[in-house]
Amino acid sequence: MADVLKKATRESYGETLKELAEEYKDLVVLDADLAAATKTGIFKKAYPERFFDCGIAEANMMGVAAGLATCGKIPFASTFAMFAAGRAYEIVRNSIGYPHLNVKIGATHAGISVGEDGATHQCNEDIALMRTIPGMTIINPCDDVEAKAAVRAAVEFNGPVYMRFGRLAVPVINDKDNYKFEIGKGVVLRDGSDVTIVATGLMVNEALQASQMLESDGISARVVNIHTIKPLDKELICRCAKETGVIVTAEEHSIIGGLGSAVAETVTECCPVPVIKIGVNDVYGYSGPAVDLLKKFGLSAENIADKVKQVYKLK
Amino acid sequence: MESSMKKNLQKIACKTRMGVIEGTYNAKSGHPGGSLSICELLAYLYFNKMNVDPADPENPDRDRFVLSKGHTAPALYAVLAQKGYFAEDELKSLRHIGSSLQGHPCIKTNGIDMSSGSLGQGISTACGMALAGKLDNKNYKVYTVLGDGEVEEGQVWEAAMFAAHYKLDNLIAIVDRNGLQIDGAITEVCSPEPITDKFTAFGWHVITMNAHDFDSIESAFNEADSVTGKPVAIIQQSVKGKGVSFMENQVGWHGKAPNKEEYEQAMAELSAQLKELED
Repeated sequence: MADVLKKATRESYGETLKELAEEYKDLVVLDADLAAATKTGIFKKAYPERFFDCGIAEANMMGVAAGLATCGKIPFASTFAMFAAGRAYEIVRNSIGYPHLNVKIGATHAGISVGEDGATHQCNEDIALMRTIPGMTIINPCDDVEAKAAVRAAVEFNGPVYMRFGRLAVPVINDKDNYKFEIGKGVVLRDGSDVTIVATGLMVNEALQASQMLESDGISARVVNIHTIKPLDKELICRCAKETGVIVTAEEHSIIGGLGSAVAETVTECCPVPVIKIGVNDVYGYSGPAVDLLKKFGLSAENIADKVKQVYKLK
Repeated sequence: MESSMKKNLQKIACKTRMGVIEGTYNAKSGHPGGSLSICELLAYLYFNKMNVDPADPENPDRDRFVLSKGHTAPALYAVLAQKGYFAEDELKSLRHIGSSLQGHPCIKTNGIDMSSGSLGQGISTACGMALAGKLDNKNYKVYTVLGDGEVEEGQVWEAAMFAAHYKLDNLIAIVDRNGLQIDGAITEVCSPEPITDKFTAFGWHVITMNAHDFDSIESAFNEADSVTGKPVAIIQQSVKGKGVSFMENQVGWHGKAPNKEEYEQAMAELSAQLKELED
C-alpha cells in the first residue's frame, strides 16, 4: 500500500475551481486571507480578475457571496471550516440559507486532522451547525476523486452547498473508471451482511480497512460511503438497517449532530436498530501531528474494528 | 427641486407614513419609529431616483435596494405598494400568517431584492450586488439603508473596508441618523459616533443631508452621482417617529404598535398633513 496516491481534498478543491472556470463564466471565488491554505490560490493565479480576497472578515465575505448570487454569479466562498460554519454561522443562515441563494461554501481544514494548530482551529462541529439550516446541502468527500466530483456537482446544482475539505493528504480510494458521483446518493463500497459501517470523509478509508480486518474474524461488514450528509440517503440507510441489523458510524466530527446523529435520527423512524457512533466524543482537540491525533481520538480502522466486534456480540 | 415634483414626493412620503401606521396597527407589532424616519428617503429613491419597474422586477440592469435596517420594512412595503409591486390593501396583512409581508424583508416578496433585517448583513449583500455590477460592466447602482444603531455591528465595518478596497462607487449606503435605538440614545447605549468620521476613515465619500427636506436629499444624491472610485455614505439627519406628534423622538416607539386610540390620532394627523399638501 506504500505507493497509494495521497492527496488533501483542499488541493482537489482549488484545482477543480480552476478547471471549471472556462466552462462556468459566472463562477467567482472569494477567500478570507487563506488562499494559500484553502488552495483557492490556484484559481487566483489563473483568474485573478475573478478572485476577491475579503481579508480576515468572514461574516462580510458570506454576505458579499450572497449579494453576488442574487445577480447570477456562482460564488465559492472559501475559508477554514471553523470560520465558515462557526464564525459566520448566522450570516450563512440569514443571508444565504433563508433566501436560498446559489452560494457554494468551500470549508477547508475541517476536523481534528488540522493537527498542530490545535483546538481553536479544529472544527468538529461544522456538519452539526450546517445541518440545522433548512435547504443547505452538505457534502463531505472522502478523497481527491470524490472532492473533484463534488465541486463539479456543486457548480451544476442550484442552491446553497457546504463542502467540507481536509488539510491532511488522504489515500485515493475511488480509483475505478466507472466512478460516479450523485448528490444525495450513498455508495456501498464493500458488501457485507453482519453489520454496516457508515462512514464519511477520511473515515471512509478507515472503514474499508476495518472491514478487511473483520473478515479474518469472520464478520462480514458492509461499508457505506455517505458523501452527502444532507440530504441524507435515507433509503440506503434504512435498507442497511434492515439487512444488517446494526450500524456503526464513523466521522471526523463530533458525535453530536453529525453523520452519526443523522443516521440515528433516520433509523429510529424506519427501522430502529443499534447505532454506535465513532467520532470526536464531545471534547476539544489539541495540538499534534494529524495522523497521531486521529489515532488518539479513535478515528482509526483499529477502533472501528474493535467497536464492530463489541456490537456484533450484542446482536 | 421643482415644486410640483417636491409636492408629489411629499404626498408619497405622507402616504407611506399612513401605510406604516396602518400596517403596524393591524399587525399589533412592528417598528413605526425608524420606519417614519425614512419615508422621504424611500419616496425619493423609488419615485425620483432608482431605475426600477414593477412590470419588470427582475431586470438585470435595474438599480438594487437593500433595507439593511430591515425592521423598518413597513415603510418599504408602503412605498412598494404605491409603486405598484402589490396592492396597497396588502399592507394590512403585515406580519400575519400567510402574508407575503414578513416582519423583515424577504426576497420572495415582489420588489424585494434581498432578505434582510439581521442587522449588519444587508450592507454586505449590497457590496456583493455592487461587485457583480462592476464585473458585468453594468451601470446600475445599489442603495442600502442602515440604522445609526445598526452601525454598532462589526460586520458593517468589514463591509465598509471591502467596499472601499474594491472601489465600489456604484454603492450608496444611507445611514438613518435618528439618534435612538432600542435601549436609548445611541450616544448613551454604546456610541457609534462619530459616524461620519468613521466612514471617511474607511475610505468612503461622506455626505450629510436633512432626511425630511427634498432639496437637501436631491442635492446629496446629485453629489453622490459625481463620486468616482469610492463608495458613498449619506448620513441623513432624521427624526425618529417623524410626522406623528406623539411618536417623534420617543425611544418607546422604536418597536411598539399603536393601539386603537393612537392609531386614530396618528391617522388624523397624517390625513391633515396630506390634505394640506393636496390643497
